[in-house]
Amino acid sequence: MAETVKLHAEDRPNSYIGRSVPRPNVAKLVEGRGQYVDDIVLPRMAHAAFVRSPHAHARILKVDASAALALPGVYRVFTGADLAGHCEPWVAVLAHLKGMKSAPQLPLPVGTATWMGEAVVAVVAETRAIAEDAAALVAVDYEPLVPVVDMETALDAAMPVIHPELGDNLTFQRVNESGDVEAAFSAAHTVVEATFHTARHTGVTLEPRSILADYNRGSGRLTVYQSTQAPHMLQGVYAKHLRMAEGDIRVICGDVGGSFGIKVHVYPDEVAVVAIAKLMGRPVKFIADRLESFSSDIHARDHRITGRLAVDGEGRILGFDIDDLTGIGPYSVYPRTSAVEGNQVVNLVGGPYDFAHYRARTTVVLQNKTPTCQYRAVGHPIATTVTEGLMDLAAEALGLDPLVIRERNLMRDGSYPRTSPAGMRFEGLSHEASLARLRDMIDYPRLRAEQAALRAKGIHRGIGFAAFIELTNPSPFMYGIGGARISAQDGCTVRIDPDGSVVAATGVTEQGQGTEAIMRQIVAEAVGVPIETVRVVTGDTLTTPYGGGTWACRGAGIGGEAALQAGLAVKEAALKVAGAMLQAAPESLDLVNGVIVEKASGAERMPLAELGRVVYFRGDTLPPDVPRELMQTRHFTPKQFPFAFTNGIQASHVEVDVATGIVKLLKHWVVEDCGRVINPLLVDEQVRGGVVQGLGGALYEHCHYSPDGQLLVGTMADYLVPMAAEMPDIEVGHVETPTKESLLGAKGAGEAGTAGAPAAVMNAINDALRPFKARVLAQPFTPERILAALGVVPPR
Amino acid sequence: MSEHIDITLTVNGERVTARVEARRHLVDFLRLDLGLMGTHVGCEHGVCGACTLRVDGEIVRGCLVLAASLDGATVQTIEGASDTGEIRDLQDAFIARNAAQCGFCTPGMLMAAADLLAHTPSPSREAIREHLSGNYCRCTGYQAIVDAVETAARTRAKA
Repeated sequence: MAETVKLHAEDRPNSYIGRSVPRPNVAKLVEGRGQYVDDIVLPRMAHAAFVRSPHAHARILKVDASAALALPGVYRVFTGADLAGHCEPWVAVLAHLKGMKSAPQLPLPVGTATWMGEAVVAVVAETRAIAEDAAALVAVDYEPLVPVVDMETALDAAMPVIHPELGDNLTFQRVNESGDVEAAFSAAHTVVEATFHTARHTGVTLEPRSILADYNRGSGRLTVYQSTQAPHMLQGVYAKHLRMAEGDIRVICGDVGGSFGIKVHVYPDEVAVVAIAKLMGRPVKFIADRLESFSSDIHARDHRITGRLAVDGEGRILGFDIDDLTGIGPYSVYPRTSAVEGNQVVNLVGGPYDFAHYRARTTVVLQNKTPTCQYRAVGHPIATTVTEGLMDLAAEALGLDPLVIRERNLMRDGSYPRTSPAGMRFEGLSHEASLARLRDMIDYPRLRAEQAALRAKGIHRGIGFAAFIELTNPSPFMYGIGGARISAQDGCTVRIDPDGSVVAATGVTEQGQGTEAIMRQIVAEAVGVPIETVRVVTGDTLTTPYGGGTWACRGAGIGGEAALQAGLAVKEAALKVAGAMLQAAPESLDLVNGVIVEKASGAERMPLAELGRVVYFRGDTLPPDVPRELMQTRHFTPKQFPFAFTNGIQASHVEVDVATGIVKLLKHWVVEDCGRVINPLLVDEQVRGGVVQGLGGALYEHCHYSPDGQLLVGTMADYLVPMAAEMPDIEVGHVETPTKESLLGAKGAGEAGTAGAPAAVMNAINDALRPFKARVLAQPFTPERILAALGVVPPR
Repeated sequence: MSEHIDITLTVNGERVTARVEARRHLVDFLRLDLGLMGTHVGCEHGVCGACTLRVDGEIVRGCLVLAASLDGATVQTIEGASDTGEIRDLQDAFIARNAAQCGFCTPGMLMAAADLLAHTPSPSREAIREHLSGNYCRCTGYQAIVDAVETAARTRAKA
């Protein structure tokens, strides 16, 4: 394994790794001068609007578009049948998820609509407003069918089978088992058991899903401007399913207004837009409105989990036994599949702890609701909620302090590499150091003393903890081995231009997390140039190296390593030329702050711009055999571990008003270990944003459905998201355990906050409610549910 | 839906004369008719705050204002507020504190923050959080935004 780069060598010139450098691309954003997909206007651009199913489950009998087509400004109307011949259907399964099944899916359904909000007919018009007017004039005759709504009954014999060709509504089931669970539980001093619910919620990116597809009949080339996290993946998807050559497709991803996993999937309405652009030979734009976002963006986290935890008399964990059920809508989502969330739950429960016996089952069923798929911290908040909820129950049963029971069970810091009972391989984690750091940050004795003092005054505060692990830097073991064309490797091309400035093109993408900033830092340091002289190119399949994009916390760890290696290679190439020009051995020279210097003395010999001038315009003056390769590309794939796990612990401090059930968030703390921190400012903001997203799911966000499968949240007035006034200040601390798989040593940091926050706040609420012998385990923890737990209102 | 109204108004200091559909809201007017893309559409229900901008000096939700009602009005968008330099300190504080991630809420957030500081020069953190609570940000968790507004307010107080 390679040595990692020197930490925080801030005294050296152009040492940028480890520093809080502002993001270069924010300047335009604060002036409203970014360019999101909806800001792009092309000649002859048409606009698509969709007629969506008002039923959860219905046969499509007849589509009458005559009134729509009569409206001035309407160009075309497309039904499922109109597009079916122009698109290969997709089936979202992965070979390594054994036994998984799903039905073929088309851009628009032929025959049956399977969720409320599914796009059924596309209308294309001169403007979006006309397209919407026309969509309202399309008459679709439906025969309503019995919907499968409740996941608890989805497998009952009495329920309809959504896709008869599948035989039943079960899409995937897996039991992950090791040790002897039965023996462990029968020998246990104490067994605690509980049923948890995590609520179906969604990403609510402020910029909705956005796509503009343009097909040039003359060149046969398709250009798709899309708000996405994975341009190369989409290029491949469009090629395969629209029967084109990958090389004829270019996907361009400019500014993206939030993604969080929502924008890494293949959406049927978006494929429809691309197919329509190809059929019409003109640019077609589709921007989802908010109602469409709620009913057709992927949902997530719709799980019921029953868990048991066995401990000995000292609170040492003997085993976990988990039964997870999740409903994923009518189709598994392409190409990542909708079974991964449940699969993550059975891989991650108990993750931070040292124990021997483990059994976790997930059952993934189909239903007539919006499809679910991977959303920020996939499965982690669910696994952490169950694990940490059970840990607090065990602590309570044994009269142990919640921090003490965790300290007693965390994997020891010196015990790596090791494999967890769930089969996860850990290269190096720091649970003990992280918990110790958290203790320092929170002043625990003071919090407990204050809690006791305030109880006497009828004020009920609680403190909750959640230790967690997070899967980052995924290797091909995540998707590639299952047959999905989702790249785990990533590349970066770095070049020096004649003026000595540097351009870095990377396959990872920017959605606001700071990809361009960290790439700039890494490349500036690796090449040896001032950071202002580095420009980063992302999000264009034609001009960047092939890569996976940005998901599962891979940008810094994988894309960053490729950038570091490419930068170092360019530096080496530049020094070869410099050696020839200065008649010195390349090894005796260095490139520092854009100047060629003597390595030993630091004496300046020549600006990089002079080298650029000679290479590009006066190559005749160099010895003929000197290579002038001032552009280098490097790629990186994790090879030694399937994933680079990170770890951390969170604490939440809340006050529960027992008269109203309202939870006030007083403070939140996070200690996380993402390996090498490239930019502390950006890492902390990833953590804070992630925490708030987790708090939203735990306290407010819920895609409510009626018993007949009608989505009851259609606006942001119905679906509550965290706003500034309710959110606490969040303190972030770090422990750094770099991965040894790369020179950079970075792991992912984007999902840790979301992974742990719901469990921490749940435990804090239940800590506040403890004197009342009340407890909430079903998210979101609404005032009504808290009052029901307190016996103030009847449970619903 | 086909009725059109003639309006003349001032947008970012320039006079604009247009014939608009009666149903056209201000954000669509700015984006589709004037090409001013800095004002973003997030929910079109007046909830998310992404389209916050100024009409006659007061902040409004652009999606809840019909362009046809603006004959004689003065409109200022993020582009206009940037060009006058009026919110430069807030913008610099947002950049330094990384108070913008994806940037989609940022123009509206800045317009709301500028409005707060215009009326309350030294707001408490709670007051900042309260005032910005009509502006949804999914990325930051808000703390960086509160910090940036607080910093800009303190710097102004010293000036």
